[in-house]
Amino acid sequence: MRRMSVTNLVALALGLAFLYVPIAILVVYSFNASRLVTVWGGWSTRWYAALLEDRAMIDAALASLLIATVSAALATVLGAFAALALTRFRFRGRLPFAAMIYAPLVMPEVITGLSLLLLFVAIDLDRGLFTIIIAHTTLTMCFVAIVVQSRLATFDRSLEEAAMDLGCPPGRTFFAVVLPVIMPAVIAGFLLAFSLSLDDLVIASFTTGPGATTLPIRIYSEIRLGVKPEINAVCTIFIAVVAATVVAASLIEKSRGREARALLA
Amino acid sequence: MTSGPAPSSDLPAEPLVRFESVSKRFGNVAAVDRLSLDIYSNEFFALLGPSGCGKTTLLRLLAGFERPDEGRIMLGGRDIAATPPHRRPVNMMFQNYALFPHLTVAGNVAFGLRQDGLAKAAIAARVEEMLALVKLEGLGHRRPDQLSGGQRQRVALARSLAKRPQVLLLDEPMAALDRKLREQTQFELMELQARLGLTFVIVTHDQSEAMTVAHRIAVMDRGRVVQAATPAEIYERPQSRWVAEFVGDVNLIEGIVLKTDAGEAVIGDKRGRRYRVAADVAAGAQISIALRPEKIRIHAGPAPPDAPNTMRGKVCDVGYLGSVSTYKVQLDDGVVVKATVANVARTSGEILRTNDNVWLSWPPDAAIVLTA
Amino acid sequence: MTKRSSQMDSGSGVSLGARLIVAAPYLWLLGFFLVPFLIVLKISLSESAIAQPPYLPVLDLTAGLRGLRDFVSGLSFTNYFTIAGDDLYLFSYLKSLEVAAVSTTILLVCGVPLAYAMARAPRAAQPLLVTLVMLPFWTSFLIRVYAWINILQRDGLLNQALIRLGLVEEPTTWLATDTAVYIGLVYSYLPFMVLPAYASFEKFDESLLEAAADLGCPRWRTFFVITLPLAWRGLAAGALLCFVPIVGEFVVPDLLGGSEATMIGQTLWTEFFANRDWPAASAVAVALLVLLLAPIAIYQHLQTREIKVRQ
Repeated sequence: MRRMSVTNLVALALGLAFLYVPIAILVVYSFNASRLVTVWGGWSTRWYAALLEDRAMIDAALASLLIATVSAALATVLGAFAALALTRFRFRGRLPFAAMIYAPLVMPEVITGLSLLLLFVAIDLDRGLFTIIIAHTTLTMCFVAIVVQSRLATFDRSLEEAAMDLGCPPGRTFFAVVLPVIMPAVIAGFLLAFSLSLDDLVIASFTTGPGATTLPIRIYSEIRLGVKPEINAVCTIFIAVVAATVVAASLIEKSRGREARALLA
Repeated sequence: MTSGPAPSSDLPAEPLVRFESVSKRFGNVAAVDRLSLDIYSNEFFALLGPSGCGKTTLLRLLAGFERPDEGRIMLGGRDIAATPPHRRPVNMMFQNYALFPHLTVAGNVAFGLRQDGLAKAAIAARVEEMLALVKLEGLGHRRPDQLSGGQRQRVALARSLAKRPQVLLLDEPMAALDRKLREQTQFELMELQARLGLTFVIVTHDQSEAMTVAHRIAVMDRGRVVQAATPAEIYERPQSRWVAEFVGDVNLIEGIVLKTDAGEAVIGDKRGRRYRVAADVAAGAQISIALRPEKIRIHAGPAPPDAPNTMRGKVCDVGYLGSVSTYKVQLDDGVVVKATVANVARTSGEILRTNDNVWLSWPPDAAIVLTA
Repeated sequence: MTKRSSQMDSGSGVSLGARLIVAAPYLWLLGFFLVPFLIVLKISLSESAIAQPPYLPVLDLTAGLRGLRDFVSGLSFTNYFTIAGDDLYLFSYLKSLEVAAVSTTILLVCGVPLAYAMARAPRAAQPLLVTLVMLPFWTSFLIRVYAWINILQRDGLLNQALIRLGLVEEPTTWLATDTAVYIGLVYSYLPFMVLPAYASFEKFDESLLEAAADLGCPRWRTFFVITLPLAWRGLAAGALLCFVPIVGEFVVPDLLGGSEATMIGQTLWTEFFANRDWPAASAVAVALLVLLLAPIAIYQHLQTREIKVRQ
């Protein structure tokens, strides 16, 4: 049985407070009746009502959801393939491949965004939702690959051997044994890709075209003009959706924490 | 099985380690429950029991990794219950060895000495001495992952001995070794303990290991010591049915003392059989007779008329173990009795077969009469 | 890899499915990750032009070998000379490195104790703690930065609290300062530091700590002689996972920082969106990448080593 030292408890409390207090303030002030963001004027949901009137904001949110869904689906397939390739196959150029998987994790977004835009210009592709989807798929498939890869790495190979020993051919073994075991990681990868795409401002700003405005781009242009209670409301909805998804995911699959950890380890 | 040389009557008056009514609870479970125990200087002491009996917790209480909820833990007359592990003059050899993977063998052995701020030359000399002691000369520069399991075990031993602790704690030290190596290591540990004159406390669930190495054994069950005595005493004079059953094989017969006469009693079981046993018990008492299988004689023909406690039955199972054979004999009323016979002659294992009719007998002083 | 996977090794007997699994992500990354960099490199060597696209020369493949020769002779290092000659760019680079170094140090100092405390918490509570630290990472980066604007602005909650506590008389300027940038960066990147550090603290054998204590090592010293030497890979990975993106960071300095000393990510953004000088922006990007090559390589080494060890 572990006892935590006082130092450790203090470190935990301070750390979590630092992470959550700003978000809590943001959420509380989204229910502020006052237009002045810093003066408390009682509870109200008027800014949420105002949001419903904001056509541009709603369109941006819908565009973001569309982009996130499609790019996360693509990224999940490609990322899971990449993870399998890294852990299960030996092929020429495996190390450069691994390098390309890890690079986007640390690559500054301005560089990724700029380079993709220049590619789209060079091949004369009209910019819009489609190009953002390609850009987000490229970025997020690497995250999916690493999450799934970590699950595959701890995967007991004797399970596969047992299946084959019992007469299951390799192809069917994959669907009967491997896929069910890595499924939680695949789902976690999809959710991660989805939220990264929903979140991205910089790459979307580079690769977007006329008429395609995502939610972060919209929020960013509003923030540049100063703090507004409507923005607090948008952010609160955003946080609520993400938190609900994460909690649901962790209820469905208890080991989700491990996948998430593996991503950054 | 050998018994240690230190019979309990010769023990010095002042124990080195004394647990005084110590309790340790994890949640609602009492891992150690109002336990009292004395361990003396120069003893090789074993804590024996099934998993979950609290033996490892007791060891960790002594090392300082756990603090008791109640009671006192005395070391050399001083209460150490509140002393943190790094200030206790006891060292532990961990079950998984816990060798520091980033340090060399020499670095591991030197680790404890460095904490005491010893001079470099003194540390180096001591490390050499320790490596020689465990026969690992010349391997000081290796890393733990470049060693075999047996070598790692020796490094762990050298590391825990380097500081000359007052008590060396060994937590299942041979669990990871194969049988041959385990036996060899047992004798090396005994030799080392005798040579260094240190107090060793070993935790094990393997009764033959405890009996081989230890002078005294504490048999534990559910957080308590049920018997603490020499191996011979525990085997030949267990204080309860539980100890008799846990240590070694045993046949148990329940019965009532019908009459007593000059140190001999007549016991009757519920099937109406009568037994003569050498025991000092009161007539009318409810008792159990514990019979070790090797104390039962087995006859291929009818037992001689003067043989005591004879029973007739049929062999239902034969287990050939090389040096001995065990026979399961089903008596006429269905009860199965286990008997062990040493295979003295090369062919003696082949004399009795399944379904052979046999007669069993045992002398009155072979039985242990248990009231608990 | 062991011999049992030999049936999957490349060779004549590889199934179509196996080829697809390797080829699809490989080709995607070649096409959308590697090739774009070559294009950036190429454009950084071009002259800017008032045209669409706004740079010269363009490789004209229809002109064959002559087109290629024209293309090569048209390349120039003008943009790099401009960058090297202009103090604005140099300061921008140095500023970025300084900000990244300082904030990574703060992140280490704050993140390592937090990660260590998480790893020492009761086992049953650890998944919850990991989720709690992850949760802000899953919410929007932009929102997290925005949350601090609420707090740090002139009539914001921080100043209100300070005045109420009597610590200051007049509202202090927080927004548009380096302090605000550091707060925003530490806040945004904390999970990236904490989780790798936690992972390496968590996976190591607790009996090693007990063994150290048993051999007479006090707890604080155990942290330095056992825990840190064994966990440094995780800490290094976490530090690089923060340092590299922070050097190129745009959102945090743009929203929280001042206008006088801009970071390189902002400079690139301005060149591209405000000045529409694509070749200059590309040159800035290439220079930034060169600057980050060493830390990225170290990070790659740490990570791919992990893959090799795991197999």
